[in-house]
Amino acid sequence: MGINWKNYSNKNFYDELISPSGNPRLPAKQLASYLQSLDNDEVQRRQHLADAAIKDMGISFTVYTEEGNIDRSWPFDIIPRTISAKQWRITEKGLVQRLEALNLFINDLYHDQKIIKDGVVPRHILEQSVNFRKECVGVSPPHGVWAHICGTDLVRDGDGEFYVLEDNLRVPSGVSYMLENRSIMKRVLPELFDNDRILPVNHYCENLFETLSSLAPDVESPVIVVLTPGIYNSAYFEHAFLAQQMGVELVEGSDLTVAKNGCVYMKTIGGLSKVDVIYRRIDDMFLDPTVFHKDSVLGVPGLMKAWQKGNVALANAPGAGVADDKVVYAYVPQIIKYYLDQDPILPNVETFLCHDEVQRKYVIENIHKLVVKPANESGGYGMLVGPHSTKKDQAAFVELIKKNPRNYIAQPTLALSTAPTLVGGDQPEPRHLDLRPFILQGKKSYVTTGGLTRVAMKKGSLVVNSSQGGGSKDTWIVESEAKL
Amino acid sequence: MILSRVAERIYWAARYLQRVESSARIVNAYTNLLMDLPREVNISWFNLVTLNNGEEEYDTRYKVRDERNVVKFTLVDDTNASSMLGSLSQVRENFRTTRDVVPENAWEMINELSSFAHESISNGGLNRAKRDEFLTQVINQCQMIQGYVASTMSHDAIWHIWRIGRAIERADMTTRLLEAGASILLDRSVSGQIQTPSIIWGNVLRSSSADHAYRRAVSSRVEGKEVPNFLLFNDLFPRSVNFCLREVEKSVKKLPKQRKIMETFSELAPLMESSVLQINAGADLDESFLLYINKLQIQLANLHQSFVETWFSLD
Repeated sequence: MGINWKNYSNKNFYDELISPSGNPRLPAKQLASYLQSLDNDEVQRRQHLADAAIKDMGISFTVYTEEGNIDRSWPFDIIPRTISAKQWRITEKGLVQRLEALNLFINDLYHDQKIIKDGVVPRHILEQSVNFRKECVGVSPPHGVWAHICGTDLVRDGDGEFYVLEDNLRVPSGVSYMLENRSIMKRVLPELFDNDRILPVNHYCENLFETLSSLAPDVESPVIVVLTPGIYNSAYFEHAFLAQQMGVELVEGSDLTVAKNGCVYMKTIGGLSKVDVIYRRIDDMFLDPTVFHKDSVLGVPGLMKAWQKGNVALANAPGAGVADDKVVYAYVPQIIKYYLDQDPILPNVETFLCHDEVQRKYVIENIHKLVVKPANESGGYGMLVGPHSTKKDQAAFVELIKKNPRNYIAQPTLALSTAPTLVGGDQPEPRHLDLRPFILQGKKSYVTTGGLTRVAMKKGSLVVNSSQGGGSKDTWIVESEAKL
Repeated sequence: MILSRVAERIYWAARYLQRVESSARIVNAYTNLLMDLPREVNISWFNLVTLNNGEEEYDTRYKVRDERNVVKFTLVDDTNASSMLGSLSQVRENFRTTRDVVPENAWEMINELSSFAHESISNGGLNRAKRDEFLTQVINQCQMIQGYVASTMSHDAIWHIWRIGRAIERADMTTRLLEAGASILLDRSVSGQIQTPSIIWGNVLRSSSADHAYRRAVSSRVEGKEVPNFLLFNDLFPRSVNFCLREVEKSVKKLPKQRKIMETFSELAPLMESSVLQINAGADLDESFLLYINKLQIQLANLHQSFVETWFSLD
């Protein structure tokens, strides 16, 4: 006895693999019938194999608790999530379009601010933005690009369409897990890679390297480093992974120094050695204690000046987070139209801005139906999921909104799509998920094939963040149309 | 070019990996030794603690100096940073923080070794009946990691740092084993036994997996005086102090800023001339041997200090 898809029922949501009638969707066909052919013990064995591989590979992330930091293994479900290549090609175009427009927007904000003067985006958004850095005004990074690495969260609604939920333009993480998920999958279900046309994901690190190299256009083979806050950061695994895959040094702030000539150097056993590009995985506010947080020991004194002078490239550029704001998010369709004169390929989720009086009234009256989010938080913290909240929570949020309307947005509670997930029993159960593709922009643009699929392992939960009990799945972009 | 911080961590990873293997080997050799010795000879397990200068730490943790406690202290105690498990987690931590330069599978291997060691211990791997099998497996896995690194890593600066760390640790361990052997023999209660010296020296050889090499190089008989000579000065055996120091020297010459380190080397050189030690056939070992070992250990520590000052310090 193995998995019986006819018993898998998920009538209320769009399921990624199985249609409401219980038949596998086209890209999932081979996968579903293969899984069905395995008996329960074999399915269990494969799941154990995956768990053991994760342990050996040391794939972990850090959870902060009151008892201290715990290094937890990456929770992984062996049933992949499938997407047709045809649909993905369109999504890819939409992601590139979006990031290009956002970069033009950021560059405009730090120069002429035409979009504000033309009245497309209201000025107060900029004035109250916590991520606008006055130190960046007038700086022109190479290719006019500020956000070189972007992680965009996509969700599928009940209609089966992808919507953009948010753009992460500061220090998005997760790409290493996407790559590791695939290598685990190849160990666990190797048979499937023969039958299906599953597009490979492993070009990411080369493309990242190329993107970073393009940020030092005048240097023949630029020296690139990955700057990490250190082993206590929850994404340290990823920082080390990316440095290793690109063959560049992983450095901490104390490994770098800005010399009298205004250039950045790393401290090596042979003395100082010049650095051209820094892929920094620390937040703006910790980059340079002489400019931002004075007591930060993670950064490098003088780094901002070196960057402003063009002596070193920073990816992402400081201040790029100004567009990583859920209020700005609401304007992205207009931003795309304004700079590119194109219609957005990927739709936004309907968003209510609390600083607008009419919209605020609607949000307060309908708070039990809505998801309320602060404009500048990440990791799923500080939000209210209306239908899953108590009256008391709702009242607290109404107060927060009234106190600081600019800082809150609200969206309808989405009927997030599901996929079959093994959660202990023999038969898979539907669990909600999202997708985070990564988009690179330097001299050229690039999108990962698929992305990181995150799953809410708890029944009915919509929170997919790994820090809050989320897990993940491999994401397969499947070429299902016959190609002759 | 290699970062100072990375260099330091690689150096310690190499030292600790060697220490994991040494701890396993020593406990194994001791377990065998005590079975061979005549009952009147009262050699205690506590020598293993003395060998690593761990007396003070031991006494704060344990009252009884018996096999069970000493084995626990040497292999699994997490308050003892040099215990086998302590060293293992140091290797892991140093690998974890230098993953961008360590060959990928080495990291996986160390994770496997770590899970294996923890599991075996909770399944009674320290009991005499299972100990040999468990420790042999640990030694084998350490060797596997060494072999993997040797056969896949480019011989760049990182590799040389790795080799230096490994060689220094081996040299240091060899001096400790010799010191421990000599101390036992200088103990009056032991020296009366006729067979004892050869049993003790045999054990020293086994602890540094030198018995086979020794037999081929010296003679079939394990003669007291020849063992220190072999383990100190032999220039072909990879764990002799002399051989290890040559390894270090070769690698230092491939790395930047070597002048200061080479100066420390020249202070050490006289100690490596075999004439410095008058261990002639027929004469007994005396206190001067222990003094010599002590000098050698101080010089090794100076060498270590010169690496820290030259390569690792960030300022």
